[in-house]
Amino acid sequence: MLAARRLVLAHLWTAFVVFAAAAVLGAWQMWVRSPLAAPFSTPDNYYLSVTAHGAAMAYVLTTFFIMGFGYYVAETALERTLPSMRWAWLGFALAIFGTAMTVLTVLSGRASVLYTFYPPLTASPFFYVGLVLVVVGSWIWCVLMILAMAQWKRANPGRPVPLAMFATVSNAVMWLWTTAGVAVELLFIVIPASLGLTETVDVGLTRTLFSWTLHAIVYFWLIPAYIAFYTMAPQAAGGRLYSDSMGRLSFILFLVYSLPVGLHHLFMDPEHSTGFKFVQMSLTVLVTVPTLLTVFTITASMEIAGRMRGGTGLFGWIGALPWRRPMVLATGLAFFMLWFGGGGGLVNMSYGMNAMVHNTSWVTAHFHLIFGGTVVMMYFAIAYEIWPRLTGRATQAPQLQCAQLWLWAIGMMVMTVPWHWLGLEGQWRRVAHFDYADPAIASWGPWVDVSVAGGAILLASALLFIWNLARFHADQAAKLTPVPPQRYAVAVHPPDHVPAALNGFALWNVVVLVLMAVAYGFPLAQFFIEAPPQAIVHHVDRAG
Amino acid sequence: MAMDERTILRNELRWAAGVGAMVGVIFVAILFSSLALHRAPPSNIETVDPQTLHLAGEFTEANLGTHVTPDGQVTTRIVAAQFAFVPQCVVVPQGKPVTLRLSSPDVIHGILITGTNVNTMVVPGYVSQVRTVFAETGDLLMPCHEFCGLGHSEMTAHVMVVPQSSFRPDANGTASCASR
Repeated sequence: MLAARRLVLAHLWTAFVVFAAAAVLGAWQMWVRSPLAAPFSTPDNYYLSVTAHGAAMAYVLTTFFIMGFGYYVAETALERTLPSMRWAWLGFALAIFGTAMTVLTVLSGRASVLYTFYPPLTASPFFYVGLVLVVVGSWIWCVLMILAMAQWKRANPGRPVPLAMFATVSNAVMWLWTTAGVAVELLFIVIPASLGLTETVDVGLTRTLFSWTLHAIVYFWLIPAYIAFYTMAPQAAGGRLYSDSMGRLSFILFLVYSLPVGLHHLFMDPEHSTGFKFVQMSLTVLVTVPTLLTVFTITASMEIAGRMRGGTGLFGWIGALPWRRPMVLATGLAFFMLWFGGGGGLVNMSYGMNAMVHNTSWVTAHFHLIFGGTVVMMYFAIAYEIWPRLTGRATQAPQLQCAQLWLWAIGMMVMTVPWHWLGLEGQWRRVAHFDYADPAIASWGPWVDVSVAGGAILLASALLFIWNLARFHADQAAKLTPVPPQRYAVAVHPPDHVPAALNGFALWNVVVLVLMAVAYGFPLAQFFIEAPPQAIVHHVDRAG
Repeated sequence: MAMDERTILRNELRWAAGVGAMVGVIFVAILFSSLALHRAPPSNIETVDPQTLHLAGEFTEANLGTHVTPDGQVTTRIVAAQFAFVPQCVVVPQGKPVTLRLSSPDVIHGILITGTNVNTMVVPGYVSQVRTVFAETGDLLMPCHEFCGLGHSEMTAHVMVVPQSSFRPDANGTASCASR
């Protein structure tokens, strides 16, 4: 039995309980902004809900899941206990305390600034301090992951770090870089403003600092999904990983290219020149490379499995795959939605073309497909994969698990296809209610109704997921069946040794440093070279 | 499926070359559209003090709305503030270059104009500028598309695109929705 079992379960249950609550809010939001009459429909409630939904999904679900899964991978892939249980629990305690502080502040209605903050709008300081504590908790996790890999390497000189752990540490390193932007924004600008210590903020600077974080954070969420693609899906399908080195290379490319690209979120902003927007657009183009490499490697790995199971012909191996296994099914569905989400993303990053879709429902559709369709889909699959080993109970009703995954994919498509269309029609974002009597937008009503149905399907899936996990804990009979230990996919040709550059991150940190200096050096320095006029802080947590 | 190490490496390199080609095509397409077609994001770094925006200079009330200079340049100035645009309706001519200039005295806003590719953030401290040609006549919506507070949903303006024959600025070169 896993030594870190309770630690992992504490993290993952926190993640999923918060996820389920946020799914309820999401479905309600869909309803409010539709032509259908929804209860509690006021702007105050709506923006409270959007803030809670965003913060819960983007910060709480992800951070707790990634920490918990990281601890699981560190123990099972390295086959040794964590460097420090005490520090891990301290990180958890900080993150829980911060989450409670943030959630209570949001629910009190004193932090309706959405999860992306938008200073000079300024919420209660407790909202930001709570989030900082969550991040500090995750920094402890980062250090523990880096230490765990270092200790293993010392004990196993010359041997390649297992791919699942190599990827986990790449994420920890990336997260330390990623959070630097938002941490500086919160600690030095937003929190002082929220405390009343400053009365104005440099809005361009805060937006630029947040953009530093805003793209790489998505890869922070996404890396566990990729770990599952590389190390769990081929194993679940009964095959081999096509190439171990390609996996390492992909995770390194994520680390390198997900950071110096955040300015693509600010294409429509007036505070940056076309020059640096173009530089970061060019780097953004390269972010597609690791994903496209992954698509090949995982498809090839699945083909191996399909052919070993008797599939023949050009496409016959696809039908031969064990689609009734949740990990295999989730991988297929996640790939499907990654195509749509990634394709939408290519449009978003295409520089001038961004004007067509910026801040429309197109973008909302894009990131729900990436986040919900790929990231959360694989979080489900990972949970189904590891829950037997966390609870010591055999897998429960894979049919219900697969049904839940199907519902999630169907709901996500039913919700986001109308959003893409409405985005192209110009439906703007973050609106509590539309006036569907206006002839200019009356035709949108039926499309929005369809997306409400998608939201309802997603909510049903989210609740079924919680039910599926809870069954593991309830079923005493299943405890009698011994659960095999976690196995990660083995490569067709497992490497005996790999170059140092593919076995650690020292070199890549230097590359990131150089790229960040090029991409963000001047865009940040410009606010200090010639300070622009500041904007007055607007407190949303104070009357009047 | 041959799976010796050399075959795997060769397949991977082939795929990587394909990926490189695809990424190259996308990049060249963007390069072409930005350099040859001038499809670039709005990026004039031009500052203005949000705290005195309405008191002096370009964005005082008399200057807002659409103005035509004697040489025929059409400029439309709009203030985006919690939770309305000033003015709430602007008129522009069809088929002529129009320069939109926007700024905010308070928080972050953003605009798009439905049915067009006009889109920009409006960040306090800066003037956002978009040049465009409105291809078709009509009453277009110009909503605020960035969260600016609890009244964000109410923040919508109208852009009346009229044929050049009915676009009639007054003696000062001012054109408004009421007097068009």
